[in-house]
Amino acid sequence: MKFAHWLTGTVFGASMLLAGAPAHAVTIGFSQVGDEGDWRPAFSKDMQEEAKKEGIDLKFADAQGKEEEQLKAVRAFIAQKVDAIIIAPVVVTGWEQVLREAKRAGIPVFLADRDVDVTDKSLTVTRISADFSLEGKLAGAWLAQASKGSCNIVELQGTVGAAPAIERKKGFETIISNFPNMKIVKTQSGDFTTEGGKKVMEAFIKSTDNLKGICGVFAHNDNMQLGAIQAMKEAGLNPGKDFLMVSVDYVPAMKEELAKGEANASVELRSAIGKYIYPVVTNYLKDKKELPRWIVIPSDLHHAAAPND
Amino acid sequence: MNTQTPSPKPEQPATRLPSSGGAPAGRWLALIRHRLVWPLMALALVLIVDALISPGFFNVRIVQGRLFGNVIDIFYRAMPTAMVALGMAVVIGTKGIDLSVGSIIAICGAIIAWRMHQGDSHFVILLMALAAGLACGLWNGFLVSVLEIQPIIATLILMVSGRGIGLMVNLLYGGTNPSFTSPLLQGLSVGSLGLIPTRLIVGAVIFFLLWLLVRRTAFGLFLESVGGNAKSARLAGVNARFVLLSAYLISGFLAATAGVILTADTHTSDPVSVASNIELDAILAVVIGGGSLAGGRIFLDGTIIGVLVIQALTTSILTSGLPPEYNLVVKAVVVLIVLLLQSSNMRAAVVSVLVRRKA
Amino acid sequence: MAAIIELTGISKAFPGVRALDHVDFGVEPGETHALMGENGAGKSTLIKVMTGALQADGGTIRLAGKEIRPESPGAARAAGIGAVYQEVNLIPTMSVTKNLTLGRLPRKFGLIDWGAARAIARAKLARLGVDIDVERPVGSYSVAIQQLIAIARALEDDARVLVLDEPTASLDANETERLFEIVRDLKARGLGIVFISHFIDQVYRIADRITVLRNGRRVGVGTTEEIPSLKLVSLMIGRDLEHIEHQRPLMDTVASSKPILTAKGVGRRRLLEPFDLELHPGEVVGLAGLLGSGRTETAKLVFGAIRHDSGEIRIDGHHIASPTPKHSLNAGVTFCPEDRKSEGIVAELSVRENIILALQSRRGWLRLLPRREQDRLTSEMIAALNIATPDADKPVGQLSGGNQQKVLLARSLVSNPRLLILDEPTRGIDVGAHAEIVTLIRELAAKGLALLVASSELDELLAVSHRIAVLRDRRMVGEISGAEATREHIIQTIAAS
Repeated sequence: MKFAHWLTGTVFGASMLLAGAPAHAVTIGFSQVGDEGDWRPAFSKDMQEEAKKEGIDLKFADAQGKEEEQLKAVRAFIAQKVDAIIIAPVVVTGWEQVLREAKRAGIPVFLADRDVDVTDKSLTVTRISADFSLEGKLAGAWLAQASKGSCNIVELQGTVGAAPAIERKKGFETIISNFPNMKIVKTQSGDFTTEGGKKVMEAFIKSTDNLKGICGVFAHNDNMQLGAIQAMKEAGLNPGKDFLMVSVDYVPAMKEELAKGEANASVELRSAIGKYIYPVVTNYLKDKKELPRWIVIPSDLHHAAAPND
Repeated sequence: MNTQTPSPKPEQPATRLPSSGGAPAGRWLALIRHRLVWPLMALALVLIVDALISPGFFNVRIVQGRLFGNVIDIFYRAMPTAMVALGMAVVIGTKGIDLSVGSIIAICGAIIAWRMHQGDSHFVILLMALAAGLACGLWNGFLVSVLEIQPIIATLILMVSGRGIGLMVNLLYGGTNPSFTSPLLQGLSVGSLGLIPTRLIVGAVIFFLLWLLVRRTAFGLFLESVGGNAKSARLAGVNARFVLLSAYLISGFLAATAGVILTADTHTSDPVSVASNIELDAILAVVIGGGSLAGGRIFLDGTIIGVLVIQALTTSILTSGLPPEYNLVVKAVVVLIVLLLQSSNMRAAVVSVLVRRKA
Repeated sequence: MAAIIELTGISKAFPGVRALDHVDFGVEPGETHALMGENGAGKSTLIKVMTGALQADGGTIRLAGKEIRPESPGAARAAGIGAVYQEVNLIPTMSVTKNLTLGRLPRKFGLIDWGAARAIARAKLARLGVDIDVERPVGSYSVAIQQLIAIARALEDDARVLVLDEPTASLDANETERLFEIVRDLKARGLGIVFISHFIDQVYRIADRITVLRNGRRVGVGTTEEIPSLKLVSLMIGRDLEHIEHQRPLMDTVASSKPILTAKGVGRRRLLEPFDLELHPGEVVGLAGLLGSGRTETAKLVFGAIRHDSGEIRIDGHHIASPTPKHSLNAGVTFCPEDRKSEGIVAELSVRENIILALQSRRGWLRLLPRREQDRLTSEMIAALNIATPDADKPVGQLSGGNQQKVLLARSLVSNPRLLILDEPTRGIDVGAHAEIVTLIRELAAKGLALLVASSELDELLAVSHRIAVLRDRRMVGEISGAEATREHIIQTIAAS
């Protein structure tokens, strides 16, 4: 019988699991936002692979970008009595209730990526994520160093109002404000897209008479920078040689550009961050020691050899 | 109340404007009644503002063997939207609407990047992309003309799913935003023939062919009769189903050409965000060009002017140095002004206020 | 007895049409007064004037002796005149309560008092003896119940007149009987009821008096005994074309030539019973019958605008397997529909484009008629049919009704048809254009065209037809020609039941 077969299979599988796992294997529920873009699927994949390596029983739930799906998933984790819950929130608000339920059940909650807006800060243990502002700072610092503190910059902003755009701009400006000869002369939104980056750069080229007097281009992400590089090449300019090109993300196409010398630097937005997140969670489960509100995942800046002119 | 104007041409309907004199005034009135005058004035207005705020806006030079400058940029950047808007004008002429054009562009882009990765001949890839656009148009047309689903709903289906389809195509080869180089496609998109950017030539050819189809065959009359009154058209022997289907095929095909241009432009396929909101710009262009969503009329020339108004506006915002936070509001305000200029009620109100002040 | 509502000398004109011409109409309390007339006779205009939806150009309305000038349906309802129109004016997705109290919702402390609203709704329905769940959406009830809800909505507490415009059009026999009981009950309470219906038998079951309108004029009024059905039909169909010389075509012209159209057993279930029809060159066949008898359906089945599901149609002896407008046009058959606005003209397109549309669709999309040819044909047609338009490029929607009709005729004629089907060719056009079109039909027949003319105007049919096919209740009940073709005979055939 098919049913009997299926049953034995399940029992067998379950006993295998019981046998294979250590007596007190850690079970973690991870509620992910969805799978938009390149970064997030890579992040999900890393979390699953890293869990396997660490011997963690990971229950993964994809909220498909929907708030209610995410709440459902978190409540399911509570019902299953997992040891800890990691949430990459879809939205910032509306968390009070479900987090209180988790707390009542004695399950610690960790945030990955975005923060949530709750009055009672004890509802979550900590947030483990990269710092957009730090990314901006790294880009600014590299540019300051490469231009020796003197550079007229054009900036390609991300989507107006998006947190990464706001934070990266802020971080970047914090650094360059220390250098009187560094300033942003043109800034526009390229909506985080290649198309947008190219359009905006084309307009900058016209309005600055072929980027006359410009020494650097800071893009809030690599896609826009890739568009900008194309626009500059089509206008007969030499990005990476006559202009310092720095951006954020370190996507594969940007690696190629760095190798070709048409871009100079890119801050990596890590997707392999399971190795930063899980230790925090497992250590907390062991010793319950209070943690800082925010644990920053370090950012790395990758750069090609700086042009020596 | 009825103050008849001595009109120079007896067949002209009398206007309610009090006469301000003989023939020249009449000619002037005939001119402002021409349907292209208002869109053209809107375009002129945007360009004049540009000239005032950024000196050298109209400079044109030769760079890398092709014409280079803001004015060229307006035409150059307007081309993909223009292609989409021409298709949209045809569809709107049949009392329809095609919301899926952005998604069709995404699908074409994904197919181009995928087949590039598989190493197909670039010419074959071009044909495949165009065929994909036709297939999308066929799907829309089938829903609208055979199943008689309302166009806004019918095309919404592909609008919502199309970008997802693009992502799935990307998955076929595990590609995430790969960049490619193709002399043929990039030649069509960012290359130039002599001094003229190729895409302007592609756009002009498409416009001319579509104009031939709409104005030099009876197809335009059939489109407009179906849009104006489908029942009458059917009773007059017009195959309304075929006409509707063709309208969506045309729109799908033109979206595909825009898809080729845009994908080759960025060297990459980005199904999630490529050409986002292009359907809205296209609809707006048709309306600025004098079209009505109620259907029944197709103005190809007006639509092109509408696209140029929108692109001139975008280009001027980008070059003006305005903080990006203001982009959308400025665009909305200018579009509002243009549409007010177009509104006959508004014009009548303005004229009556002016007249009263004079009296 | 004094009339509860009295309309005197009501006139109303629309561009190109005189819809009402000094019409008198009165209803007494406790009376059901039927308002009869063919399409376009002026019934709905009169009702709209009575209920404030339209303002009359002349005449007075007195309600219980006092002159009123209702400015809107709301004002009329407040004055005590309720109306239920043919298409039920309820919001199907909203509850019965909301539909019945909308705009007059009871409030408590500034908030809507739903309890009171429900009570009002139940009370309104109780007056009609209806007891239903008032919380369910209106759309979930049958059309008959919806009709009752609409009546409940129309009746204010102090209503004195209730207008029912085709209330039974979509009801079955039982539902109709239920409605009539309610009408009799309201009547007994002293309300004046205005009843409009095209079902003649129903009129005799429910009405006390009848007023007949034709072409915007009152042509008869009297009790149901004074106006028996034969007289009623004759009044409705009328004798209006006195100014057209009664030069009757030779009814006994037996066409010796082969028929252009042969329809054998052509019909469609639930729409029209199978009929036989033959048409020869130079012959005009009229389709007579009351509204809803199947005139239009016959014309459309022959043209292929509606598919037939039985019988066969032959044009010139060739069997047309699946007649569609396109096939018919290619075979030389053209059709001018009754509903000019929704099926005839394309309002946005110019006179020229409207005229060449059918001819162009016959030629196909690739072979555009050269512009010079278009202009020539258009100006020929404008001259031949005397179309009043400043120029050929004016949008047809801006012309008067009569000229729009002529443009449609031109569209048919320009493609050189051999069989021309006209459905109500003179509906809603002024007298001058009317006469021109009648003359034109005769001329076309004289030139050898075959014509099939459906019309509600019997005199018009008699003036142009060689034979007249009579329809009743979606069935062709007879074909009359020769000496038999008299008004009286045709009216008898229509009225016999």
